[in-house]
Amino acid sequence: MNWPLLSVVTFLPLVGALAILLARGNDEAAARYARYAALWTTIVTFFVSLLIPANFVFAEPGFQLVESHGWLGGLAGYKMGVDGISMPLVMLTTFLMPICILASWKVDKRVREYMIAFLVLETLMIGVFCALDLVLFYVFFEAGLIPMFLIIGVWGGQRRVYASFKFFLYTLLGSVLMLMAIIAMYWHAGTTDIAALLKPHDFPVAAQKWLWLAFFASFAVKMPMWPVHTWLPDAHVQAPTAGSVILAGVLLKMGGYGFLRFSLPMFPDASLYFQNFVYVLSVVAIVYTSLVALMQEDMKKLIAYSSVAHMGFVTMGIFSMTRQGIDGAMFQMISHGLVSGALFLCVGVVYDRMHTREIKAYGGLVNRMPLYAAIFMLFTMANVGLPGTSGFVGEFLALLGTFQNNTWAALFATLGVVLSAAYALWLYRRVVLGEMEKKELAWMPDVTPRELACLAPLVVLTILFGVYPAPILDTIAASVEGLLKSVQVAQATADNLMLTMK
Amino acid sequence: MFQSLLQTIDGQAARPEILLALWTLAALMIGVFVKRDSYKIVTGFAAVGLIIAAVMVAWNSEAGDQVAFGGGFVVDTFASVMKILALLGSLGALVLSYRFLPRLKMTAFEYPVLVLLASLGMMLMISANDLISLYMGLELQSLALYVVAAMNRDDAKSSEAGLKYFVLGALSSGMLLYGASLVYGFTGSTQFSTIATALTGHEAGLGIIFGLVFIMAGLAFKVSAVPFHMWTPDVYEGAPTPVTAFFAAAPKIAAMALFVRVLMGPFAGLVDDWRQIIVFISIASMVLGAFAAIGQTNIKRLLAYSSISHMGYALVGLASGSEQGVQGVVIYMLIYMVTTLGIFACVMAMRRDGTQVENISDLAGLSRTNGGLAFVMAMLMFSLAGIPPLAGFFGKLFVFLAAVKAGLWLLAIVGVLASVVGAYYYLRIVKTIYFDEPAKAFSPMDGAERVIAYGAGAFALVFLLIAQPLLNVATAAAQSIMPGLY
Repeated sequence: MNWPLLSVVTFLPLVGALAILLARGNDEAAARYARYAALWTTIVTFFVSLLIPANFVFAEPGFQLVESHGWLGGLAGYKMGVDGISMPLVMLTTFLMPICILASWKVDKRVREYMIAFLVLETLMIGVFCALDLVLFYVFFEAGLIPMFLIIGVWGGQRRVYASFKFFLYTLLGSVLMLMAIIAMYWHAGTTDIAALLKPHDFPVAAQKWLWLAFFASFAVKMPMWPVHTWLPDAHVQAPTAGSVILAGVLLKMGGYGFLRFSLPMFPDASLYFQNFVYVLSVVAIVYTSLVALMQEDMKKLIAYSSVAHMGFVTMGIFSMTRQGIDGAMFQMISHGLVSGALFLCVGVVYDRMHTREIKAYGGLVNRMPLYAAIFMLFTMANVGLPGTSGFVGEFLALLGTFQNNTWAALFATLGVVLSAAYALWLYRRVVLGEMEKKELAWMPDVTPRELACLAPLVVLTILFGVYPAPILDTIAASVEGLLKSVQVAQATADNLMLTMK
Repeated sequence: MFQSLLQTIDGQAARPEILLALWTLAALMIGVFVKRDSYKIVTGFAAVGLIIAAVMVAWNSEAGDQVAFGGGFVVDTFASVMKILALLGSLGALVLSYRFLPRLKMTAFEYPVLVLLASLGMMLMISANDLISLYMGLELQSLALYVVAAMNRDDAKSSEAGLKYFVLGALSSGMLLYGASLVYGFTGSTQFSTIATALTGHEAGLGIIFGLVFIMAGLAFKVSAVPFHMWTPDVYEGAPTPVTAFFAAAPKIAAMALFVRVLMGPFAGLVDDWRQIIVFISIASMVLGAFAAIGQTNIKRLLAYSSISHMGYALVGLASGSEQGVQGVVIYMLIYMVTTLGIFACVMAMRRDGTQVENISDLAGLSRTNGGLAFVMAMLMFSLAGIPPLAGFFGKLFVFLAAVKAGLWLLAIVGVLASVVGAYYYLRIVKTIYFDEPAKAFSPMDGAERVIAYGAGAFALVFLLIAQPLLNVATAAAQSIMPGLY
């Protein structure tokens, strides 16, 4: 590769955004142009991004396709690169974006700004996963708040203003503490280069704990973990469909990615120290939010709470610090990106027709919309974690990993699996099954070709990864291996310490 | 002849200042003798003078560090950079007022002359190397500013602002002078270098500390740091908007530069003593600025509190007392000056049916009536809030970088938390612009307003691309002021 592939993929959407920005006019033609420009930009970006796995050496654990330039003097450089952990997430992003644009085809309020916001957001999301410099990472990480704030606030539902403020301020609060930690790391290690920081550094254990907590504050809010998850249901419910898809599909993964990229390898001692703390929060998240999801009357809110529960499996898997746990967490992140995205799209399908997300307003949709019912069924099952869907692999591996060092956490988390079956199936029963008793539903047409085009790729991948998870597991294998090495060193020292104390 | 005259008075290093002084007198003459359109002619003339002065400062700085007037006046990279910033700030404000003030029936040619005088005072402040020249520069600037604040004399608010500013300003000047006299009494000199030597090596006495505290109180007033901030919201609200822009942009830079020079120069040896004070006023400014702005409905008052908190952030850099910190202050003030001018240009564009409106609610739905202005304003708001990738973030990054290095954790953490609170009210403006139902459209923008607003917006957006050369300049400035010169 002698051209900067990652920078091209990252900034290609920005070019599309500029093209839309420069177009004049506010009429229908301009809106059409904006829609097509955005769709083509995201599709081209996706195809260009396919070159990343094509040029990727899967057996190599380190960063690849690295680009490095000077920036901010001695403080930070512009450095991009991917490894097995970030590459699948980049692909997930570029894959979901055309679907989001397609799902937003019916948006008719300020289309130009809408498309620009999404394209800018795509650039920033890809940038987060590619950045190999802490300051650069932070810039991408935080900048994403601006378009997301506007997307929720301008195109959201009734309580959009409240939700957008809550989203912005919560995440900002978490992030500024991370900024402090980044600065502290810079003064300690003398660099903000992530690749250099990943090499074992002698951060003193006490300092590690503080740094870990600061990073945790940011990623836990982003993830989101209980008890700082409360922004998520509000943001989800109020965001437009595509906003929810991106939020659930990609933005939440930034938290998990952060744990894998920073917390675990850079502060292994602290990660070990806080392991049980994370377990407790994760288990509470899984059980508590599943129970909360049971009682929701709003479909989107229900899925939002189920996202929090699923993210609980991710954090649990990551901090189990075992091969299976981390594999499972990564897999769960990809799978959740596909499945929860698809579920929000499914809600979007009926919302576009009825303009309500109340579960009570629906019932017996299977009579009028058999195809919709089948698709919704698949994703409900994937959400529950039925074997044969991608949801199963991630949850199973994460539980397996956790079981190795904490039976109780695994036990309670498994309870969450049962609960997830309860709320997901109950939702499905109330919305889709039964007799169609409400007259106003009688006219509902089945999924349109456009909606099918959105959902079909997700159906294929959900089943594919469910029966054949190797593509993802092979991609991440080498990098996870490398990650585990640094963690095991910490584990060994901790064990030694225990032995000497005995 | 001129050269030898300069040599006789030992003033070669002060060429830009001398030129600006002569230019100001010429402007005054033109104002008196030209009968028609004197305001516009003098304004144009003054703007040219500011540009020439800035160019001369840049050109003069090539020669390296110099002193003039028997050591009372110093020219180093730090002084040159800050002078150029202050001059550009004045220039921006002057350009903004060119068409604006006549609309308020304010066509006094004295206004540009006073701006020139104030700018001259700022240059003297920035280059001050002696307590006497410090006070002289400060007073020259302040006296011009008192008049400027009350310029719109038919307006009760403007008169009130001028009077308040004058009374409080006089008080603070008095305190500063008292402090200076104490310092003179206990060190035996008014020269910064002699004071520095007198203070190194042995324990500072109570008298010195007393003097230092008084001097700092006076300077804190000039940068409007808490608890000496009370005049700011009233003056910001009362003065005509371009005058407010001037107040917010230029004098703050000069005062901050002076603050840095005094503390990092003669009092560098007392860093442990003054640091606690700076930490306190910095925290107080950041926190008060953040919380007090929440309740504001008038955008100029809101920006007043915002500027108070921004001074708090700039002081974070100073509190660290290191080269890193001074670099942070320079970067912070540069970004602050540009975004402030931009945001005031936006505020000036809030004009409907020939009258200015100043309430935040008047911005409702601006994104649909004037998309360009709305976008620029939103970007500047995010920049002021310190959200990356906009310029304001980098300003904060560099001051916090210095604070953490100096181990000032409390300051840094309170600072970032206050910035989250501050983000709330900036977001509220963005919310009004983007989320609310549109109000009636504003009248079209002036050319000057558009250039400055859009220019500042572009600066905020692309700062991350041009950061490298600007950082180098800031580093050079910081290096030139570090102890060692003394």
